[in-house]
Amino acid sequence: MEFFKIRRDIPFMRHALVFNLVSLVTFLAAVFFLFHRGLHLSVEFTGGTLMEVTYAQAADLNGVRNAVATLGLKDVQVQNFGTARDVLIRLPVQKGVSSAQQSEQVMTALKVVDPSAAMRRTEFVGPQVGDELATDGLKALASVVIGIMLYLAIRFEWKFAVAAIIANLHDVIIILGFFAFFQWEFSLPVLAAVLAVLGYSVNESVVIFDRIRENFRRYRKMNTVQIIDSSITSTISRTIITHGCTQLMVLSMLLFGGATLHYFALALTIGILFGIYSSVFVAAAIAMWLGIQREDLIKGGAKKEGDPNDPNAGATV
Amino acid sequence: MNRYPIWKYTIIVIALVVGFLYTLPNFFGEAPAVQVSSAKVTIKVDSGTKARVEEVLKSAGIEPDFVTLDNTSVKARFGNTETQLKAKDAIQKALIPDPANASYIVALNLVARSPTWLTALHAFPMYLGLDLRGGVHFMLQVDMQAALAKKAESLAGDIRTSLREKNIRHSGINRNGQTIEIRFRDSQALAAAKAVLQDQFTDLQSVDVPDGSEYKLTASIKPEAARRVQDQSLKQNITTLHNRINELGVAEPVIQQQGLDRIVVQLPGVQDTAKAKDILGRTATLEVRMVDESTEARAAESGAAAVPFGAERYLERTGQPVIVKKQVILTGENLTDAQPGFDSQTQEAVVNLTLDAKGARIFRDVTRENVGKRMAILLFEKGKGEVVTAPVIRSEIGGGRVQISGRMTTMEANDTALLLRAGSLAAPMEIIEETTIGPSLGAENIAKGFNSVTYGFAAVAVFMCIYYVLFGMFSSISLAVNLLLLVAVLSMLQATLTLPGMAAMALVLGMAIDSNVLINERVREELRNGASAQAAINAGYDRAWATILDSNVTTLIAGLALLAFGSGPVRGFAVVHCLGILTSMFSGVFFSRGLVNLWYGRQNKLKSLSIGTVWRPEPEAVVTPN
Repeated sequence: MEFFKIRRDIPFMRHALVFNLVSLVTFLAAVFFLFHRGLHLSVEFTGGTLMEVTYAQAADLNGVRNAVATLGLKDVQVQNFGTARDVLIRLPVQKGVSSAQQSEQVMTALKVVDPSAAMRRTEFVGPQVGDELATDGLKALASVVIGIMLYLAIRFEWKFAVAAIIANLHDVIIILGFFAFFQWEFSLPVLAAVLAVLGYSVNESVVIFDRIRENFRRYRKMNTVQIIDSSITSTISRTIITHGCTQLMVLSMLLFGGATLHYFALALTIGILFGIYSSVFVAAAIAMWLGIQREDLIKGGAKKEGDPNDPNAGATV
Repeated sequence: MNRYPIWKYTIIVIALVVGFLYTLPNFFGEAPAVQVSSAKVTIKVDSGTKARVEEVLKSAGIEPDFVTLDNTSVKARFGNTETQLKAKDAIQKALIPDPANASYIVALNLVARSPTWLTALHAFPMYLGLDLRGGVHFMLQVDMQAALAKKAESLAGDIRTSLREKNIRHSGINRNGQTIEIRFRDSQALAAAKAVLQDQFTDLQSVDVPDGSEYKLTASIKPEAARRVQDQSLKQNITTLHNRINELGVAEPVIQQQGLDRIVVQLPGVQDTAKAKDILGRTATLEVRMVDESTEARAAESGAAAVPFGAERYLERTGQPVIVKKQVILTGENLTDAQPGFDSQTQEAVVNLTLDAKGARIFRDVTRENVGKRMAILLFEKGKGEVVTAPVIRSEIGGGRVQISGRMTTMEANDTALLLRAGSLAAPMEIIEETTIGPSLGAENIAKGFNSVTYGFAAVAVFMCIYYVLFGMFSSISLAVNLLLLVAVLSMLQATLTLPGMAAMALVLGMAIDSNVLINERVREELRNGASAQAAINAGYDRAWATILDSNVTTLIAGLALLAFGSGPVRGFAVVHCLGILTSMFSGVFFSRGLVNLWYGRQNKLKSLSIGTVWRPEPEAVVTPN
């Protein structure tokens, strides 16, 4: 079986400007939604109490709301979680009431209304932990960016490092934009997914860059644009198949992983789709705008390829 | 060209065998067991305990699968829950004659059902996190400012005593937050006090400023001393928590330090959070009282008479009764430290107590009046008292430094000191994070994680086999080996597997297939460009290797960053992610090449490879096939 019967190199770079504009627009939209709507942060970041309660029959959300309201707690959110029988209750941090008392009070109130209510999970996070998690998340993001840039700069060249990071950070921002736009819950596993996607889609760009380097060595007559086109064309089948396989796994998580892994898998899905787009259309284009050329990559290689019979080989002055 | 030397195959075989052995325990599931561990610091679980458990089971006519002894506990495994419960009752009756004063914890637990020879190889199933097995997780923050303030308070008392001993006149010593302010009327006293501070209080640093007509000396705890205080407070709190949690009878509690001022407590299987929280937050009290040595009390001690009025009967840890007066001389609040040590003259093991200023004053008065009599130090927990030690007062003790000596081994001295210290928390703690997971949710999470991995894996394997035929089969086998090795490594390291960890497992399999796709695409490309079959394999693997390495390194960088900065669920994800990338390099490249070499390597006249369609662009002019 072969999905990709490509006769000639596809001129990806001919429309580089258009693709970059599309990226820019999506990026700006994502940034706009991030600022305009903000992320719907989970309890882990904001602090507060989260309770998952299960009922014997489909739960009556209004009943639950009223029961909780009798306790005089403010800003309580009640929603279904996974199935109609499961209810998720979020309580913000309340001054002067310990988490233990809070969740127990709520449970007793719920049992009064419907004795079949059973606690499945409670989670309490103090406000100080939330702040820390946010800073740690940013630190992790920063170290991933710096680590990857350093590696690419050493292994390839700074232009590639910059191109790959810009392309992939744009993915990250777009994922966050989606979460902001749909107000999906942004939790710790989602953060992990976002960072994993960053590493993963950089490796996408790396595969293309690797090919660009190889083709620069091999085809001395092609110009930069042709080299990039040819490199992307010859790696496109691998790109699609690999991402397809990863997506199969992620899809399986989305289908079978339940509510806990739902947003995690969703973040990965968006990340993978945009990862393909950004590696193929954005990263290489940025590298092109930055002006990569043959000499950048094969400085060291050119000397070694000299004539082995050259009497001056290895002589240094 | 495509042959592996014997040693490479040997490595592959060894990796597979080891991987298989360590993965194996995960398939056996878990069997009910009874776990016996120590409930008190002073009681050690050793081979004697094991022998006793075996004996008890034998006399009760219960046949365990086996009884083992590990570092801290004796575990006996049984065929079914019924015998497990019967055995628990039998053991409990035999080992704990008095339930109010239990020396052992007898808890129900689950142990791997794997055969003994696997356990002997230290092959255990993966360690499941709380989200997979249910239980309670707490994160407690220790209030270090309070610990430092407490230390400053006790130092202020010590300074007061020292200055009095040296006859240095001051006009007031106050603790202000974590600093100590001492006022003097004249500069000689100030200079003398500074000398004393420098000599005796090496933990303090001081500055003096004129304050009106007086001089003010402000002493604060040095940063390194403060760090030590914090460290000790944390350790002491952990010890105290250990003692308290022992009462809950949890089979495998986790109590760990996290960062500089946090403690994580995980209680698998516990559902009653309220009780757990109550126990964590309880304060034990220490009391010093006089032993009643009247004749009636003597008689009461041996059980011959009633306990006299104004006295109470308590047990020593050895089980010997002691009649103690009701009047409390000192409480644990006045005890600032207890450390084991040696007497400088007799070389006997001793316990050194440090009292604060108020305690020292009272203690001096009491000891002066009661030389030759016995005093008792009692520890109260849950309203139940126990005599930790009841030494004889040999002489008047001033200065707040008390030495308890006599008939103690070094071990006993250590234990007593620990008990005295552990009675109370060194610093208050606050729960800053709490998670409770019901047992049914845990089982559901395992099923969800397992299904995600299985169906995802199956889908990828089917696709690979269709698209790349035999090479796809090799890739799928490599992917299976990757999963095998990953599970084996996780089992070996006993790293905690959580639901995000299982997600990472699925994800890493999805990413690991990348290496094989890269290789297979490369091989096809080489074939397309007209390379011979053997050359195509060789070039395909060689060329793809550089790319695989680069792309895995970038993924690994992200994984390591998550590991470094992540906490909780993120860390569980990162561990599996990083390990999975490493194992994928072995399985995806080294192992799959081995398979290909084994299959194709010996065929010298190899014409074609079973790698699916190798499509070659046809010439521009359309040629109709005939």
